[in-house]
Amino acid sequence: MTLKSEPVIVNVGPQHPSTHGVMRLRVAFDGELVTDAEMIIGYLHRGSEKLAEERTFTQVVTLTDRMDYVAAMTNNQAYILAVEKLAGIEPTPRGVWLRMISAELQRIASHLIAIGFLMQDLGAMGTPLMYTMREREDIMDMFELMCGARITNSYHRPSGVFQDAPPELWPRLEAFLVEMPGRIDEYEQLISGNEIILSRMRGIGIISPEDMINASITGPMLRAGGVDWDIRHQQPYEYYDRVEFDRPIMDESDNYARYLVRVYEMRESLKILRQCIDQIEPGPARDPEVPFVIRPPKGDAYVPIEGPKGELGFYLVSDGGISPYRCKVRPPSLLNLTLLREMVIGLPMAAMIVTFGTVDINMGEVDR
Amino acid sequence: MIGLGLLNGLIVTMKAAIRGPVTVQYPDRRVGLLGAARELGMSPFQFLVKRPKDAVKAAAGFATVEDKIAQGPRFRGQDFNWYEDRCTGCASCAKFCPLGIIEIVTSPSDTLKSQGEVYNIDVFDIDIGRCMFCGICVEVCPYDALHMGSGFELGTYERKDLVISVDALRTKKNTPSTWFRPQLEETAYNPHSGESRPWTEVGRHEQPTDEELNERWVDER
Amino acid sequence: MGTNFLDNSFFRNIYCNLSKSDDIRCSGGGWLGDGILPAGFEWLAFLITAVVMAMVLINLVLGSVLIFIWAERRLLGRFQSRSGPNRWGPYGTLTPVADAIKTMFKEDIVPTAADRWVFNAAPIVMMVPATMVLAVIPWGTGTFLADLNIGILFIIAITSLSTFAIVMAGWGSQNRYAMFGAMRAVAMLISYEIPMALSLLGVLMLAGSLSLVSVVNAQDVPFILVQPLGFLVFFIASIAEINRAPFDVAEAESELGAGYHSDYSGMKFGLFLNAEFMATILSAAVIVAVFLSGGRGWSFIPSQGWFIIKMIPVLFFIVWTRAAWPRMRIDQILTFAWKGLIILAFINVAVSAILSFVWPDPTMRELWFMVAINFGVLIVSVMAVGAWFGPQGASAPNMSHGDALPRPRPAGQPSGGDS
Ligand code: SF4
Ligand code: SF4
Repeated sequence: MTLKSEPVIVNVGPQHPSTHGVMRLRVAFDGELVTDAEMIIGYLHRGSEKLAEERTFTQVVTLTDRMDYVAAMTNNQAYILAVEKLAGIEPTPRGVWLRMISAELQRIASHLIAIGFLMQDLGAMGTPLMYTMREREDIMDMFELMCGARITNSYHRPSGVFQDAPPELWPRLEAFLVEMPGRIDEYEQLISGNEIILSRMRGIGIISPEDMINASITGPMLRAGGVDWDIRHQQPYEYYDRVEFDRPIMDESDNYARYLVRVYEMRESLKILRQCIDQIEPGPARDPEVPFVIRPPKGDAYVPIEGPKGELGFYLVSDGGISPYRCKVRPPSLLNLTLLREMVIGLPMAAMIVTFGTVDINMGEVDR
Repeated sequence: MIGLGLLNGLIVTMKAAIRGPVTVQYPDRRVGLLGAARELGMSPFQFLVKRPKDAVKAAAGFATVEDKIAQGPRFRGQDFNWYEDRCTGCASCAKFCPLGIIEIVTSPSDTLKSQGEVYNIDVFDIDIGRCMFCGICVEVCPYDALHMGSGFELGTYERKDLVISVDALRTKKNTPSTWFRPQLEETAYNPHSGESRPWTEVGRHEQPTDEELNERWVDER
Repeated sequence: MGTNFLDNSFFRNIYCNLSKSDDIRCSGGGWLGDGILPAGFEWLAFLITAVVMAMVLINLVLGSVLIFIWAERRLLGRFQSRSGPNRWGPYGTLTPVADAIKTMFKEDIVPTAADRWVFNAAPIVMMVPATMVLAVIPWGTGTFLADLNIGILFIIAITSLSTFAIVMAGWGSQNRYAMFGAMRAVAMLISYEIPMALSLLGVLMLAGSLSLVSVVNAQDVPFILVQPLGFLVFFIASIAEINRAPFDVAEAESELGAGYHSDYSGMKFGLFLNAEFMATILSAAVIVAVFLSGGRGWSFIPSQGWFIIKMIPVLFFIVWTRAAWPRMRIDQILTFAWKGLIILAFINVAVSAILSFVWPDPTMRELWFMVAINFGVLIVSVMAVGAWFGPQGASAPNMSHGDALPRPRPAGQPSGGDS
């Protein structure tokens, strides 16, 4: 005889320690097991895309900061690349290198946050989170030197960056590059081999590569499923064709793979940073001829970049005016989240939280 | 072997504990008896004998020293720095602020055109309660009159206190941030040193001499 | 009436001053004269002494809770590369006091939908087992309230009472998160009672008594050496019993908010917290009494001092694991208890039975033989049980350490190719 019981409906979120913001999940539980899950988003909707339509092209940079607020630099970069393509602006070489340096630093910072909060979801009392925040703090300090702000940077401008990096930056960056590999090893020592973490993350939250491609999931999540898709390599933008780097790929497609791919991507980012420092050339960081108010010709442009969370792109339409006619964002967080229901059904509650954590979303970007 | 990963975790945390804290006890750090004596440059024994009261206080954990990390010179912070002598009242800053939070009201002044005609600034309100410190107002100011501030300790009891008025801007000691001001950076100026800069030294261009001014402002009437 | 506590001079003073007892240890009476109370009132003297003793002990433990909270927060801070509480008092020592005051003055909210009686009773029920265990712990030579001849059984029986409190809190709150937490706690506590009790069987065979005092007296060699496997099982089980990391699933803050006490505020929440910390301290005390030879040590430190000194590393380790390890999942915790710990405990029982059959009255030399044999058994059995029954992923051969762990391959390499 099997006993049948009513499912328990629990609202996980919008105010919940592990929903990474204001995400709401209505979950039906059978005991501890998830039988159904429904995502409800929109609690952080600020209408950024609409706001962009009544601001000049340069002013919109400040809005992109606030979409994925743990990776503002890459948001800036994606937007600026679209503007440059739309208006046919040629960036200065030094500006491009500086944009790449800031984007790679931001990728490390974003992955640090992803790993730290993932461990928090696993119940690690904040220790790994504190360690990752400690290193993120170095990156934030460097951002402060570069552009005066730590999180909402607004550093990139059409044709480069708004101001050349100060000379104090380079020794700090050098020290960071020397120190960081050891710190990553330390995380791995703390996390990667831990039996509790292995037993909680391996073989959980598996999703097939076909499903991921069909749902247009990108980024580390896709690479953890064995698909070699990295826009920096496949469709190089900026000067990514002048640097050499590896794309870490795993075939397991489980939570552990997603975690480990992020760790290895941080190492690759360090490699890219080293090459950027070696290749950066003197010159203006920005073309002084490009005015503050740009009037691109009629047309549209879409440039995808490899953000820390996946393919990030801005689709801009211009009607010849000073502000975009339409600004559409392709947010990796939202699209990576689409298969969450399929991933968590049948898992226990704790595993659901961890799976949600490995997707690495940012509600600012999901709701925009 | 099973358990090695758990052991590694213990080792890493212990290493971190031995390395000691990396955090800063903002705004001030509690120092014990030894720390307080070191701050004063005495040996603890001297400290006990010479200033017993302070020594007891320090031993009870009530002695503090300031503990802050300096922001970078480009730090975009609260308290805009505004030089009235440079400002023409063009309102570019108000126009290009993405949030539209700068309010400027001007009136014609008595200054003759030949003396460099400027407007009286009657109102120059910046509602920093809504400001996102993006710095675009500074970027677009054609005369380098507006600069970002460099502070961050922004706390008031009422929202209306967050509106910076023209009087506040006038009387404030100006320590401009070097954000988007390469000319300040070239002089190795650090706003956190507390040194203020007069209006003649913050501009992008050389200050024109009187002859040049006369040449430029030919009375067309 | 058990009057063993007369071994302790502090209590002897109170008792002998009050009563005209003819106990040999009271000969000469107290310093107040030969007993204040008239003859025949020895029971009253005993009552007063017992109440005073209980008050002293409970308050000492409550005070040590404050110290422990402070020490734990400082230590966690150090492990996490930050400094921990440092604002109130020297090195933040007054922080728990400030916290206690704050907790007391907070508004006490009872949710509308809550079952008022059950909701309000739960924190009190939670405190009962924590304070009752106090009675049987020998804090030093002669420093105990009662030398029950079933002391260990008493501890095991009383600690399982806290299950009631947790269920009451979870049920009374009418909150699904609280209910989840309570259900997890019940499943876990019930599962871990068994290995906990089993692991003590070996100790009982060696000591020949259930009384904690005799267990302490039997430890010429601390039982942690003679019974390493039993110690391991007991330590893990007691961490689970007191709901601490990595077994803190009942209040898993990343999943359940705060678990069974999500809806409590003010002093009721304070009681839950207090009971948990008391349970931590008491479980460390039990471990010291049963496995670390209690208050025995060189005589230049009083036995109570030895007891406390021995508790410190145990508590330190408990805090350390909390900083270093993440939480386990509830189903893995149960699997771990039933498939791992219970088997280890049975192995320990079997080995101890054989050893105590071979050497019914071991000499020192034979005791050290037992130590060697038991450590061999520990290593072999942990590895074997870990390999066969361990939680999924943690110990299966393909999931152990080193090169067997999956590593990302560089792009372009075919999958399956070893990188
Ligand atoms: S501060 Fe600058 S932009 Fe604003 S009104 Fe004055 S001169 Fe114009
Ligand atoms: S910093 Fe940005 S938001 Fe603030 S006043 Fe200037 S332009 Fe407006």
